[in-house]
Amino acid sequence: MDAHLICDAERRYPGGATIEARFEVPLDGFSVTVLFGPSGSGKTTVLRLLAGLERVDQGRIRAGGEAWSDAAQNIHLGPQARNLGFLSQDYDLFPHLSVYANLGYGLRDLEASARQARTEELLELLDLRGLGERRPAELSGGQRQRVALGRALARRPRLLLLDEPFTALDRPAQLRLRRELRELLRGLALPTVLVTHDRDEALHLGDRIVVLDQGRVCQSGDIQRAFDRPTDPAVARILGVETVVRGRVEGVAEGLATVAVGPARIFAADPGGLGQQAFVCIRGEDVAVERQGVAPSGSTARNRLPGTITTLHAEGALVRLSLDCGFPLECLVTRQACQDLGLVEGDAVTAILKAAAVHLIPHD
Amino acid sequence: MDWQAVRLSVQLASLTTLVLLGLALPLAYWLAFTQRRWKFLVEAVVAMPLVLPPTVLGFYLLMALGPRSPLGWLWERAFGHTLPFSFEGLLLASVLYSLPFMVQPLASAFAGVERGLIEASWCLGESRFRTFVRVIVPLSWGGILTGLVLSFAHTLGEFGVVLMVGGNLPGRTRTVSIAIYDQVQAMDYGPAARTAALLLGVSFLVLTLTYALRRSQRKPWTLI
Repeated sequence: MDAHLICDAERRYPGGATIEARFEVPLDGFSVTVLFGPSGSGKTTVLRLLAGLERVDQGRIRAGGEAWSDAAQNIHLGPQARNLGFLSQDYDLFPHLSVYANLGYGLRDLEASARQARTEELLELLDLRGLGERRPAELSGGQRQRVALGRALARRPRLLLLDEPFTALDRPAQLRLRRELRELLRGLALPTVLVTHDRDEALHLGDRIVVLDQGRVCQSGDIQRAFDRPTDPAVARILGVETVVRGRVEGVAEGLATVAVGPARIFAADPGGLGQQAFVCIRGEDVAVERQGVAPSGSTARNRLPGTITTLHAEGALVRLSLDCGFPLECLVTRQACQDLGLVEGDAVTAILKAAAVHLIPHD
Repeated sequence: MDWQAVRLSVQLASLTTLVLLGLALPLAYWLAFTQRRWKFLVEAVVAMPLVLPPTVLGFYLLMALGPRSPLGWLWERAFGHTLPFSFEGLLLASVLYSLPFMVQPLASAFAGVERGLIEASWCLGESRFRTFVRVIVPLSWGGILTGLVLSFAHTLGEFGVVLMVGGNLPGRTRTVSIAIYDQVQAMDYGPAARTAALLLGVSFLVLTLTYALRRSQRKPWTLI
């Protein structure tokens, strides 16, 4: 059996807006597919098409060989028949029911004792012990999110759909819960589709990415590949790509993390919560360049990376240099500085950047 | 005071409210959620009794229920008496006359339930009907209460339609409002005043109770 969700569907709105969704989601085991794009790009609509909350106007959605939607054959499976977990942006907990009843809402088919056991299990799994009798209005934002997640997981769905699950939370809670979420989903071996417009969130949680712009899929596939090699400038603009590379965390000491990226070692400020792997994000304007061979004059910058200039591209008053430092590194310098140093393609240089300018995103 | 009329009125109002609830639940659900373009037509028909003079409604009902109409003929064949000037005829007339007072609060309450909650229920495997029972109805209790109270109070106070369809038969179609009219016609002001005071008191009481129960709801009071 083909263990993929295959989406090849269109949704048209009166007034001309069309959402075209063409991508695949693996359904065998844990993986997070991120639907990524600016607001208005149609991410939420795509998620609703998958959930069966919107009808497909053309094309089809198939899951593991089963037709969920097929416009040509007039097939439309309701959300009830898709065995999904769906978590909307504002959680939509039933306000008239307790946490306990919310968690058990979808378990009507089970006998009372089995339902109770499953509900207890979920309270445990999501760290909600002691809150069973509360109403949603009496919970904090993070607790509400966990209840909604537990409710979506209760029926052991084959696919979990999350629509911007962290937007309703404050920043520190977001960071903590992202990590917990990824651990949880991995533990449950649950394939997940997550909608977000937040690049950090996409990198933190995603294995695969589907980049959407103006209702159209621009690129989909492995997340590292999308950041490495955006298929077109639109994708690069949406992803905000400068340098995003995956590295291995070698150690953390006194607030400074050491990350191995290819043969290079990069020092970066410790964002907290680092595991084994992390994405290293560097903005082009934070990278300075000097010719190799110049004696270091003493600097606060922690990172001095030898490399060569692969391409040199003028962008107005600035010049974009692509360096090979054992990994591709983008940097942006003034045209003036570039001329003063007489830089050309192929030159050996040293890239200099402060540890504080290196942004690490944990990704295990 | 004409206690027979009071009892009859309460009986009529209770039964009307009950029948209306059964009718209005599906009708209001349809009005709240349908995507049909001609929904406005149904809305207009349901709202008719709000603006129509009771005599006009009563006149048409009389025509529709009379022994020469198909319904009236069937009824007479089945039950041996005519619909007009009977309690059953009065009940039917009351149901139609109070229809908007039940349907409108229900429909607006149903439509006010957040879409996301309904969709969440669907995604948890519950059918549209089960979602109605488990989510929409419990979250619409304020509107349902309003509909019950308004229908009851409105039926209790109806006059024109009763006079047209029911006439004035003691114990069968003579309701409180008719009794008051009779008493005033007979210059019998004492009993008329007492009956009127009773109606005033009951109406005030049920409305006060409704407001009190709904006072914690976020939405400001709207009649319908």
